[in-house]
Amino acid sequence: MAEYNLTTPLSEEDTRKLKAGDIVLLTGTIYTARDAAHARLVKLLENGEEFPFSIEGSVIYFVGPTPPKPGDPIGSAGPTTSYRMDSYSPTMLKFGSRGMIGKGGRSQEVKDACKEHGGIYFGATGGAGALLGKQIKSAKVIAYEELGPEAVRELTVENFPVTVVNDTFGGDLYQIGREQFEVKD
Amino acid sequence: MREVAYNDIVDAVKNMIMTTATNLPEDTLEYLETAYKEEKSEVSKKVIEQLLENAKIARDEKRPLCQDTGLAVFFVRVGADVKVAGGLLKDAINEGTEKGYTDGYLRASTCEPFSRANLKDTVGYNLPAIIHFDIVEGDKIEIEYAAKGGGSENVSRARVFPPAAGKEGIINFVKECISDAGGNPCPPITVGVGIGGTFEKACISSKHALFRDLGTTNEDPEMAELEEIMLEEINKLGIGAMGMGGTKTALGVHIEANPCHIASLPVSVNVQCHSSRHTHITI
Repeated sequence: MAEYNLTTPLSEEDTRKLKAGDIVLLTGTIYTARDAAHARLVKLLENGEEFPFSIEGSVIYFVGPTPPKPGDPIGSAGPTTSYRMDSYSPTMLKFGSRGMIGKGGRSQEVKDACKEHGGIYFGATGGAGALLGKQIKSAKVIAYEELGPEAVRELTVENFPVTVVNDTFGGDLYQIGREQFEVKD
Repeated sequence: MREVAYNDIVDAVKNMIMTTATNLPEDTLEYLETAYKEEKSEVSKKVIEQLLENAKIARDEKRPLCQDTGLAVFFVRVGADVKVAGGLLKDAINEGTEKGYTDGYLRASTCEPFSRANLKDTVGYNLPAIIHFDIVEGDKIEIEYAAKGGGSENVSRARVFPPAAGKEGIINFVKECISDAGGNPCPPITVGVGIGGTFEKACISSKHALFRDLGTTNEDPEMAELEEIMLEEINKLGIGAMGMGGTKTALGVHIEANPCHIASLPVSVNVQCHSSRHTHITI
């Protein structure tokens, strides 16, 4: 297990050195999107329409934050369950996105797309919304405001703590970890 | 007949929602601390350390523990000798819910099933609450509340078995449900199991079982033993905190059992994430 400090946007050089289990502190700009926003974003890519941010090397955070208290950039902001984005993520990776942050397992299609396009699926600690929200220094809605918590937000993060779950070699931390501790009768 | 003012209920519900969103209950904290000490996986240990740190930040800075502040679920036992003055109890609970979620800067997570349109501007902010009523003896109103998140709800299951399935069938069903769920419901989890009754009774019982504090057991020794066996079986799965691999997949298994039809053995599994935000008050 290695530890890295990485700055977004991520290059293929950044992502192809990471291995499942590595700890990464992310700094820079990341973008939020959940189910409803992904459905719209993927349609834009497929139709070749204008995209609300630069997708090359982007990191997408699967999150729907709580409303900020007065004076705060954002409320609590931990990851949501990622499998709901499985049908969209391969397209996002194909068009140049290089990182996803969420929680829970991904489909084989997503793992294959990570290998092919140099993408990484990072896990953040679900339910640690207060702690993770504090690593977000600014937040701005840049698309689909009507979706409320599901709107696309541009976030500035500093040392945002994530763990590599799926790497570009087919490694899967959930599988490795579970096999190590499973007790078979 | 004792009278309770409508607005007193609104305020009490609002307060319990705001407090619960930022304060992890004592039983959950204690069990997470023990899990931290006993967990054999270094990666899972780190996750639990983050959860304890998160609980401290949430409490000290009054920030929601999790961005999924849940749908508001209530079990309400109303004494036969008490009435609400100035409105309906159901309306008071919904009004308190809306105020709690709004004033606490909590997320409005209710939406239409298909259009997925958020209901905050039409039905109300995070309304309607899910309320289960019961009428009991006495002149008190007892309100149990939990903020129920979506990730753990999504992996929950129910099935009506033939009676021959027996204990073994139920244990296997619970184990399969948790195994398939992996890290999705945010382990270490609490598992509510409803056994018997009808299809819907089993489901409601499995939900209510999650409102029980960790460390309490079913009053029936046979069910208490089954709780222990299930916990042991689940922790053999190796899922660990957030699915990273480890020995502490579940903190507890809570069973609620009911008599059932001679033809049926209904079972429901309702999963609660580690952020087990529950509380109760008596008015």
